[in-house]
Amino acid sequence: MSTIKKIRNLKELSTANDRFEGAHLLCPGCAHSIIVRELMNCTDDNLVISSNTGCLEVCTAVYPYTSWDTSWIHIGFENAATSISGAEAMYKARKRKGTLKDPDAPVKFVAFGGDGSTYDIGFQWLSGAVERGHDFTYICLDNEVYANTGGQRSGSTPFGSSTTTAPAGRVSYGKKQMKKDLVGIMAAHGAPYVAQMAPNKWKDMLKKMQTALTTEGPVFLNAISACTTEWKFDPKDTISITDLATDSLVFPLYEIVNGKELNITYRPKNVIPVKDYLGAQGRFRHLFKPENAHILEQWQKNVDAQWEYLQRREEARV
Amino acid sequence: MAEKWDIQEVEVWDGNFAAAQALRQAQVDVVSAYPITPSTPIVEGYGKFMADGYVDGEFVMVESEHAAMSGCVGAAAAGGRVATATSSQGFALMVEVLYQASGMRLPIVLTVVNRALASPLNVRGDHGDMYLGRDSGWIQLDAFNAQEAYDLTLMAFKIGENHSVRLPVMVHQDGFITSHTAQNVHPLKDDEAYAFVGEYQPVDEMLDFTRPVTYGAQTEEDWHFEHKAKQHKALLDSRPVIDAVFDEFEKLTGRKYNRVESYMMDDADVAIVALGTTVETARLVAEEMRETEGIKAGVVAPRCFRPFPFDNVREALKNTKAVACMDRSSPGGALGALYNEVAAALYTGDNHPLMTGYIYGLGGRDLTVDALKDIYRELNENAKTGKRAGKIQQFVSLRGPKLEYFE
Repeated sequence: MSTIKKIRNLKELSTANDRFEGAHLLCPGCAHSIIVRELMNCTDDNLVISSNTGCLEVCTAVYPYTSWDTSWIHIGFENAATSISGAEAMYKARKRKGTLKDPDAPVKFVAFGGDGSTYDIGFQWLSGAVERGHDFTYICLDNEVYANTGGQRSGSTPFGSSTTTAPAGRVSYGKKQMKKDLVGIMAAHGAPYVAQMAPNKWKDMLKKMQTALTTEGPVFLNAISACTTEWKFDPKDTISITDLATDSLVFPLYEIVNGKELNITYRPKNVIPVKDYLGAQGRFRHLFKPENAHILEQWQKNVDAQWEYLQRREEARV
Repeated sequence: MAEKWDIQEVEVWDGNFAAAQALRQAQVDVVSAYPITPSTPIVEGYGKFMADGYVDGEFVMVESEHAAMSGCVGAAAAGGRVATATSSQGFALMVEVLYQASGMRLPIVLTVVNRALASPLNVRGDHGDMYLGRDSGWIQLDAFNAQEAYDLTLMAFKIGENHSVRLPVMVHQDGFITSHTAQNVHPLKDDEAYAFVGEYQPVDEMLDFTRPVTYGAQTEEDWHFEHKAKQHKALLDSRPVIDAVFDEFEKLTGRKYNRVESYMMDDADVAIVALGTTVETARLVAEEMRETEGIKAGVVAPRCFRPFPFDNVREALKNTKAVACMDRSSPGGALGALYNEVAAALYTGDNHPLMTGYIYGLGGRDLTVDALKDIYRELNENAKTGKRAGKIQQFVSLRGPKLEYFE
């Protein structure tokens, strides 16, 4: 039987049984490994993990090495939700037929994808797997850009961000479109649990991960994963940049249970202006030119409107 | 436990149902599938077996063929028997994952009901999809009728799952002509069939938690080549295993399979080399040509399209004077995949018959007995004169003026 592991403080978390080996190739300051380690350390259950192609995958399984001290599979850019569906189906079939080596060993199925593979190229595969109701947790490591291939725009890239395929220039302020509301879309699938989380609020993230793993059925978690390389900040500032994201409400933390019950899980005591978050990163630097003042204004309005929407959803319970 | 099916000594099954029955008898653990014409009835048939309690594995109906094969890969890596079915556009959508399945050495069985590739959209049979898979690292077996579709599907599990092989296997049958034509099929009883296929013996399974495994690692110029070379070796080394499984099946059923099926080739001057249902028509025509026109005609049919049986093809054609290679796929600026393989096999031997490539049957265009007779007559003329009448590549049963290419 699986049990919820009690972790009281950061020391306990950081000294937990480490199944994600440190010798990986992720950039110094990359939040991916913080999120992945927390997931792997928050349970003692066996894990079967799949990954889409992306930073996490290319940095953790370069033959003849692997960072995964647990079963792990990567097929392509788009299909981690489906490879884990297949593995979960095989587990059920073999359990029924009695062909598992250790039928009583508790196991959890987890898929990781970046935002490129989750919001864009793998969206159909994720949608299908959630609709079918497999018992798994999908975690999107959302760094809002195709970071693995050098910073191209994705469906998650925020408004006004400069990327290599939607660059800011003499006549452009960068990406014209809004970030896709994937958490809302996954909640609309009727998944029993979806949530948005951030590694700076590690206890909130821990609770959401443990809820995900103990929820039967498909769970979607969207984790902000600050990217030192593409967001352009100092590698030592990963957590403080993430603080700015959550405290400016650019990246609000909440959960939606059974597609309806929305709970805001973090309310900053002092909400900071959005421009403080944007100004700390190179990808938004051009927005501070005088001609882009209206973009900054629009940004603040968008964030205010989103926060208002979340609060009203929380009140309405529908 | 799954219910047993009351199998009759002779069943009237079409190729689709024959393949579905073979999947049921192999007691596949996970079928991850998406329907597409003309292979849909395989998936539907399996779904009905599931609904009626004849199967106790998992049946995962996904949202695309790419996902179908992705689900198969995840399931196979988790250490159990896996199969699916597809055709044409679905096959094309799967291609990315076909390469992943073979690269990870996962013995998935894919029943392919051959159909043309668009554009223009066409649901009828040709071999465009089969040819699309030829470099994917899968073993490809070719059935010429429903009985063979059944037999080869059972054998595919035993071949692919053999621990010295560990490769995925496709079993091809022609869309509609085989897949939708009810024929007499002599199946094995459920217990006999399962005993023949055997229990699945997992290797490097993700569900053995005492020994975690990493599937789908990255290799660049330092190791990629070695991995692909080993995969090629595994394909070539599967040849004796395929022969051994064919032998074992013959002992059980009396039905003999060979990696190359030769028909009346002992004294043949001229031969047609073909795949799929065309083989059976060509055999009838060869007999008739011998009887009515005295042409020493024969038929050579690769049963195993990959690994390609070069030695056996060369041996089968070693005394021929003229050979026709029948390619049922748009040649795309070349001679044709079958032509190329057969020509390569013959070039390395002592006998160099006059070779002609015939492009035929695209999008389900019928290949008639009369058309095959004409081909045999043309081959016979070539054999007698020692000179090819016409060009190397010819199009059969096509509207408009005769189309031929390559001197």
